[in-house]
Amino acid sequence: MTSLPETTGGKRLGLVIDLDVCVGCHACAVNCKEWNTGGVAAPLTDRDPYGQDPHGVWFNRIHSFEVSGCGTSRTVNFPRSCLHCEQPACVTVCPTGASYKRAEDGIVLVNEDLCIGCKLCSWACPYGAREFDSDAGVMKKCTLCIDRIYNETIDPASRVPACVATCPTSARHFGDLGDPNSAVSKLVRERGGYDLMPEMGYQPTNKYLPPRARRTEAAEIGAAPQLAPVEPAPGAGFLGWVDRLLSNG
Amino acid sequence: MHPALSVIFFTTLSGAGYGLLFWLGLYALAGLLPADRLFGAVAMVLALGAVSIGLLSSTLHLGHPERAWRAFSQWRTSWLSREGVAAVATYVPALLFGAGWVLFGSTGGVWALTGLACAILAVVTVICTAWIYRSLKPIPRWHNHWVMPNYLALAAMTGALQLVALSGLFGYSLPGADLIALATIVAAMLAKLGYWRFIDDDSPASTPESATGLGALGKVRLFEAPHTSENYLLKEMGFQIARKHAQKLRRIALAFAFALPSLLLVIALALPGAVAALCALLAAEIAMIGVLTERWLFFAEAKHAVTLYYGRSLAA
Repeated sequence: MTSLPETTGGKRLGLVIDLDVCVGCHACAVNCKEWNTGGVAAPLTDRDPYGQDPHGVWFNRIHSFEVSGCGTSRTVNFPRSCLHCEQPACVTVCPTGASYKRAEDGIVLVNEDLCIGCKLCSWACPYGAREFDSDAGVMKKCTLCIDRIYNETIDPASRVPACVATCPTSARHFGDLGDPNSAVSKLVRERGGYDLMPEMGYQPTNKYLPPRARRTEAAEIGAAPQLAPVEPAPGAGFLGWVDRLLSNG
Repeated sequence: MHPALSVIFFTTLSGAGYGLLFWLGLYALAGLLPADRLFGAVAMVLALGAVSIGLLSSTLHLGHPERAWRAFSQWRTSWLSREGVAAVATYVPALLFGAGWVLFGSTGGVWALTGLACAILAVVTVICTAWIYRSLKPIPRWHNHWVMPNYLALAAMTGALQLVALSGLFGYSLPGADLIALATIVAAMLAKLGYWRFIDDDSPASTPESATGLGALGKVRLFEAPHTSENYLLKEMGFQIARKHAQKLRRIALAFAFALPSLLLVIALALPGAVAALCALLAAEIAMIGVLTERWLFFAEAKHAVTLYYGRSLAA
């Protein structure tokens, strides 16, 4: 059903992505593709992967932005994936009921057996979370690794989305954002986590943590404000004698 | 947005079909529709044919056309589903109205009421079509109050032009039809000019800064794209049209959809029977070329918020 679940305030699983820590290595995107091309949404289109015009479905896309202001600029790496919104228009526009939002944990999914491939859901998403699988003729999207997080056959420590498991800098955090006392909710409060494009009114579950303020003063990193001037060392030996002779001259 | 030909043909053809149904229904209600069976057969085949070909063409872009029937289920939330339901529902009074006209040779009495039902459902269907686009927040050039008047006015206009052409071919002069056609041309042109003026002046709230949430740190510029070749998002939603081409196509749309048809209609008013009929027919067909151009532009000029992540802007 494309009507949204009426229950609110329950469990809301999602990601918190730390833009201060992300190094833009694309490991999350690669591990996501690797897991999901064998998971519930498998296989993911992968055309001409080593050729001139590779294209296919990816649930993670890693952008890099240059942010310039106040005379300085910085590079911010920016992973983009489904935000599992509270008001997902991708779900409500679906004419067949293939797209749905789970009442129990807020995960937005596609039932591929009902999807007619009209692509309207991808038009309704401002975040570009949905990509059409031209091989299967259906829409695909991030499942929040639903086949990992509830998977009782794998080690409990691995029951997190593939992107979170693989991130080498721990820039990605997974948890219940509906619970104000969860580790991810605390992180969002402490670091001022925010929504992307709040003006759209989609109320994303996933949050982004802003890059920390840049430290530009030497004292801020414990260095001396200014280094002591270097005194020329007195010369020794034959070359020292030549140096003194020429300097005096 | 990628201008998919199947959807462009669907919206223009079905718009004209529903427009023709609308006017036929109203003329029957007013008791002004001649109970000529051959005229009825041709008119109904033309109207329902345009609608049906349009609906079939819209299924061509589906990944799974064989599952299209599922699209009738989600009318509670989805405008696309509502459009499907309304489109199919329109067949019921349309087929009854056609039966009365062609089989029983009558457009009055209870048949006129089926005509009224046709007219109402035709309007409802076109409104649903417009709202599919109108409801999409990520596309500011569609998510505005100009979209629905445009769809309604263009459907009314193409329908009225078909009606004038068709009645002319059968030697009928439906009272007021010429003036209605001229009035709808003016209304549709004003709606289209208003729409273009709106999208040219609009400065959407979403920017690369709001899309990334990095505005507090400064101006956001794409440094490195996530992939080296185009992906689905850029192919489907990143379509770009050069401003000079858009301006040229707008002039073509204005000329073919509005200027030439109204000129031909005025000439038709001044000339006798057969020549007038020919002019009206020409006006109706030229207008379709103009509306197809306009509809292509409606897609090609629409910008999607996801392109903000790829270094683009939503403003003109």
